[in-house]
Amino acid sequence: MSVVPVTIALGCVAAFLVVAVLAVVAGRTRVATPLIYAACLVVALAAFTNAFAALVTGAAPSAAASPLGLPWIGARFRIDPLAAFFLAVVDFGAAAASLYAIGYGRHEDEPQRVLPFYPAFLAAMNLVVLADDAFTFLWSWELMSLASWALVMAHHREEDNARAGTIYLLMASFGTLALLLAFGLMAGPDGGYAFADIRAEGPSPFLAGLVIGLALVGAGSKAGLVPLHVWLPLAHPAAPSHVSALMSGVMTKVAVYGFVRITFDLLGPPDIWWSIPVLAIGGGTAVAGVLYALMQTDLKRALAYSTIENIGLVFVGLGLALAFDANGLRAAGALALTAALFHVLNHMLFKSLLFLGAGAVLVATGERMMEHLGGLIRRMPVTSAAFLVGSAAISALPPLNGFASEWLLLQAILLSPQLPQWGSKLLLAGVATLLALSAALAAACFARIYGVVFLGRPRTSAAETAHEVDRASLAAMILLALLCLGAGILPGLVIDGLAPVVASLTGAQMPTQAGIAWLSIVPVSESRSSYNGLLVFLFILSSASLAALLVRWLASGATRRAPAWDCGFPDPSPATQYTASSFAQPIRRVFGSYVFRAREHVEMRPPGDVGPARMKVTMHDGAWDLLYDPLVNAVAFAARKLDKLQFLTIRLYLSLVFFAVLFLLLVLALWP
Amino acid sequence: MHGLSFDVAHLLAGSLVLLSFMLLYQDRLYALLNVFALQASVLALSVAWQAYAQGAPHLYVTAAIALVFKAIVIPVALHRIVAKLGIHREVETVVGIGPTMLAGMALVALSLVVMLRAAAIADPLAREDVAFALSVVLLGLLMMITRQNAVSQVVGFMSLENGLILAAAGAKGMPLVVEISVAFSVLVAFIVIGVFLFRIRERFDTVDVEALDRFRGGRRR
Repeated sequence: MSVVPVTIALGCVAAFLVVAVLAVVAGRTRVATPLIYAACLVVALAAFTNAFAALVTGAAPSAAASPLGLPWIGARFRIDPLAAFFLAVVDFGAAAASLYAIGYGRHEDEPQRVLPFYPAFLAAMNLVVLADDAFTFLWSWELMSLASWALVMAHHREEDNARAGTIYLLMASFGTLALLLAFGLMAGPDGGYAFADIRAEGPSPFLAGLVIGLALVGAGSKAGLVPLHVWLPLAHPAAPSHVSALMSGVMTKVAVYGFVRITFDLLGPPDIWWSIPVLAIGGGTAVAGVLYALMQTDLKRALAYSTIENIGLVFVGLGLALAFDANGLRAAGALALTAALFHVLNHMLFKSLLFLGAGAVLVATGERMMEHLGGLIRRMPVTSAAFLVGSAAISALPPLNGFASEWLLLQAILLSPQLPQWGSKLLLAGVATLLALSAALAAACFARIYGVVFLGRPRTSAAETAHEVDRASLAAMILLALLCLGAGILPGLVIDGLAPVVASLTGAQMPTQAGIAWLSIVPVSESRSSYNGLLVFLFILSSASLAALLVRWLASGATRRAPAWDCGFPDPSPATQYTASSFAQPIRRVFGSYVFRAREHVEMRPPGDVGPARMKVTMHDGAWDLLYDPLVNAVAFAARKLDKLQFLTIRLYLSLVFFAVLFLLLVLALWP
Repeated sequence: MHGLSFDVAHLLAGSLVLLSFMLLYQDRLYALLNVFALQASVLALSVAWQAYAQGAPHLYVTAAIALVFKAIVIPVALHRIVAKLGIHREVETVVGIGPTMLAGMALVALSLVVMLRAAAIADPLAREDVAFALSVVLLGLLMMITRQNAVSQVVGFMSLENGLILAAAGAKGMPLVVEISVAFSVLVAFIVIGVFLFRIRERFDTVDVEALDRFRGGRRR
């Protein structure tokens, strides 16, 4: 009986693959698009229900083995609470994106480039979470990378998309290589690749350190940790918008799953110094991600950079949990891990919502550049409302879900003085500062995005003539927005739902929140802190309604005439509004001049010349300048030098062989 | 008996190394081919002695193959090729004879140092055999890279292969199938190289491989 959840999950994977095959056959016909996406929706909902039921009912871990896979080893699958949680996240995101795509997919010019890979991508993400041995895990991981690469390349003729695809493929291979080495080290010389064998083994401290580093590189490059993030802001926006939502909202979560599975489950009890790189990189990623996002004028690219920021927050939570666990502070560790997983769920909800909203804007106007949009709130009221909810949630404003998880994270950081190590205490003080900074910058970032895209006046005729999108797309966005609100108002339910996951990983869990009066949440104890999303929501609702009523009641309805020179906004041209660049200028001057070496050059015309003066801003991306460009140059240099080896004489080739043999023999002779 | 069989095996393997040195300083192609034929005959003797000492009759087949193909068929065929092409005077070395011989001595010393230590636990017969075999292989390679002439490169290759057979015969238990297939692959290689020799000659009026390089260099530009 206990085999049932994993069997159903595998059945769903098989169903996805069947849909993928059907899509290959029928991809070119007109009616195929909504049918394929509807089938994906149904399968994803079934998979979600299955995983959710397994999580909520607290079913015992169920496992299955399949003879497919490596000879004599086969493939093993298992659903434990951790896998069930991530399966639920993956499949809910998949369901929302599929629902959206039923409408959005009609605007695809070449659906046969998207349809077959979409279900395969969903199947691969499910398989990664289901896998219970290293081979199956890595195989599914590669399938996930390849399927998403194909989706990134769906519009391969557009400018820069081919480059994005190449960089993505390179980084994905590099990440998989790191994971491969990590699993190799964990499996040991006997080659016990099943997760159960790895758990039983328990590597030496030195090996565990190497594995942590490799897992951070491997999973981190997929999740988008700085400085391995470079592919993410190129690849995520290049895909069709529902796929961007999946890649940003869901695939990065699969990467987080990989890291959690390795560090919390497979490696055994943590060591204090494991947490240090995780915390430092997580904090740096959070701030760098949001600063990048503030500098972008491309809507989808800004959202992709914001994903990097949120991944940083999640990794800070994970690092914190490692630090607490290593010192035996189980309750605090459970709090930090709950905060991280809660943020995983939240980011899936609001980042999917925001990418779907960006897709709606793209469909309605054909524009991704924020400087060409504006005033969409009057043209697309429903999309605007949903996008507003998502923006507020990602900016961590109460009563939405983003606030709940970031509040829990800060509560966990406030417990860090309990740590015995002074170094960790100081590091955590720094990380807390970075988190606070990134939260404030994220609010600025989304005020900027929302203000420029949806408020003000339309800047182009495309924005002026936009129309609201179709019902399926709207339904998906409204559903996600409602869930953002629901998870924010009732965070206690989510925390209780996460309890079995956290308990299975750290051996402890947060206090049960269900019985607390007024649906408050109390992370540690009542005297320390508590938060009540429902009350905050009711207060905001009542005070805002009251204010609206008072304004309506007290204000006069008489028409007023205003002077022409009003509020410094007299020019009827929409070009005089704040733009995305001008909104970000103060932050660019304060942080960007240091982080991105942003410089402004003003080019004044000489007196008598009537041409316009120009202002140019130059920025440098440190990750490219300091890491990737030198690397690329080194590889190119080596390739040029080694190219000569292709044109040697036979005798020289033989000499190469001879001297190689000689060298090896000399090494053997001189080896002590 | 053990002492005697060991000494004879040692003597024969040592003569193979000595003949490899003789190959290095030949400056006429006919003489080179004769020395090579002599080396192959000694190899056949050595393998036959191993067959006798180890009581492994299938090694007699290996010895027969070595004798027939490498001591008779290939040298005779190469003789005819050289005669047909009229190149019996051309042995152009890249490095002078003296330095080559010194390098050869260093190689033998190196292979003895490596092998006697690496195979310390093997039985002495196999160990010394393998050390000598490695010397023969290295000397064959040295010959291939210090000669310009295609025919002497072929001879270098064949003598390298002699070293391999010696090692295989010394290490007990190499299956006959492998030996036969190695022998046939050498034969095929010889045929291919022989055909190429004629083709090269037809095109460039020489079998000096420098001409090939000059030709390819011209194509590249």
